[in-house]
Amino acid sequence: MPSVPDIRLENLTVGYEGKAVVSDIDVVLPGGRISVILGGSGSGKSTLLRHILRLEEPIAGTVCFGDHDICRLSKRDMHCIKQRIGVLFQDGALLGSLTLADNVALPLREHTRLSRKRIQEIVEGKLALVGLEKFLDYYPNELSGGMRKRAGLARAMVMDPAILFCDEPTSGLDPVTAADLDQLLLEMHRTFGMGMVVVSHDLANMRAIADFVMVLGDGRVLFQGTRQELESVDDPYLRRFLDRKAEERQGPRVGETAVDASVMKVDCSRYWSMGK
Amino acid sequence: MSQDKSTLSTPVAALGRVTLAVLARLGDMFLFFLESLALIFSSPSQFPKAVRQTYFIGVGSVLLILLIGLFTGMVMGLQTYYALSKFGSEGFLGAAVALAVVRELGPVLAAIMVTGRAGSSMTAEIGVMRISDQVDALEVMGINPVSYLVSPKLAACLVSFPILTTFFDLIGIVGGYVTGVALMGGNAGVYISRVQDSIEWGDVWVGYVKALVFGAIVCTVCCYKGYYTHLQQDLAGPEGVSSSTTQAVVLSSVLILLSDYLLTSIFL
Repeated sequence: MPSVPDIRLENLTVGYEGKAVVSDIDVVLPGGRISVILGGSGSGKSTLLRHILRLEEPIAGTVCFGDHDICRLSKRDMHCIKQRIGVLFQDGALLGSLTLADNVALPLREHTRLSRKRIQEIVEGKLALVGLEKFLDYYPNELSGGMRKRAGLARAMVMDPAILFCDEPTSGLDPVTAADLDQLLLEMHRTFGMGMVVVSHDLANMRAIADFVMVLGDGRVLFQGTRQELESVDDPYLRRFLDRKAEERQGPRVGETAVDASVMKVDCSRYWSMGK
Repeated sequence: MSQDKSTLSTPVAALGRVTLAVLARLGDMFLFFLESLALIFSSPSQFPKAVRQTYFIGVGSVLLILLIGLFTGMVMGLQTYYALSKFGSEGFLGAAVALAVVRELGPVLAAIMVTGRAGSSMTAEIGVMRISDQVDALEVMGINPVSYLVSPKLAACLVSFPILTTFFDLIGIVGGYVTGVALMGGNAGVYISRVQDSIEWGDVWVGYVKALVFGAIVCTVCCYKGYYTHLQQDLAGPEGVSSSTTQAVVLSSVLILLSDYLLTSIFL
């Protein structure tokens, strides 16, 4: 099994154009484990992931893979690190002009000198792992959302990465498909011994796979620790999040006298009666 | 007093800011071009990609170029014959058509046509890849997106543009023949001999130099606009891609005409 480095985020502030989205992150994502970055919509999870992958430059602080501060690595060294990681994007991010087999084969063709036959074998093997061995010649637009994610997972796995990053792997999937994908991630983790960093807002996904959890909210890290520790926290925001309770809203509510619902109502009855 | 001064200097300052921004953008595009050029031969896997792009940009544009070239030559033949006949100089029709087409119209019109057909699709393709995370996916796979997406297109443009210009030149001269000789009754032998006498290798080479420069401009501008489509202010998603595509075609066409003037003044 490959040695999997910790990912250390030190005094990290991430954001765009100098505006911080999440500040003062001091977290160690343990190597060889499944770490889940959890948070509500707009909490900065995907922004943080983009900074960890060095798709963006941080406003302050460092991101270290083991002993390597990736913010200071040369392009060449970063290139080497990128060959040791795999990334599953939110909708798979498969190249639309390539078939599934070509998409999965792409990193092998670009980075190795393997023969066509060997590449074909590896591609078929990886696609079989995710249950897509019968769809080799399909194009991404011919697949469902879940299949695209699984294909994206096969591509992310094709170079046998030490760390796999997944951005919202279960978003937009029905509960059964989402559970299947969780199971697949767990099997991959157990079989190949890789570390995983999963960005998610899906509690079921977190509860199914997480060893280590980091919760983002309010522009900062609200929690870091094991899944069990998270389940027993008392913090009101985290409790509401974990128990899926709605936040107390200020101002009038729908149905209360302060809001005249008739003002907002649109009379659509004439559309329904059309054609009768 | 200082307020008055700042008010007076505002238009000048704004002009300065715009000038600096335009120069910075052009410099950025030039660096983008140099990177793409340097990466053309970065790996053996570039060759099949360049061949595919040459097929799309070059072979796919042949019919369009032949049509435009034929009609341009025919219009040239008609107008020039009419003008020359006023002075009894119809015999110079071949020379006039050939020189105009080979030196100017061939490279310029071929480049503008390819911009509309292939350049716009380059911008849209890369722009859509950018907004759907495909460019980021290439980057995190350790594949240089410029090398993968732009360099093969640049190689294809540098190969295709001179060839398409040659087709345009030849069919344009044929078009002039069709109107000047076949329709208006000019002398065929005089037309052909004037074409042969008037065109020198220098004219042909200038046309090729222009075609190469235009190929580099079209590819660089169109790919650059698609590649950075996500950085457009106030425009995101499909609207951003559509805006980038429009900007790419307009800017390419303007730069083609501008550089045509500069090259003509240098070589004339």
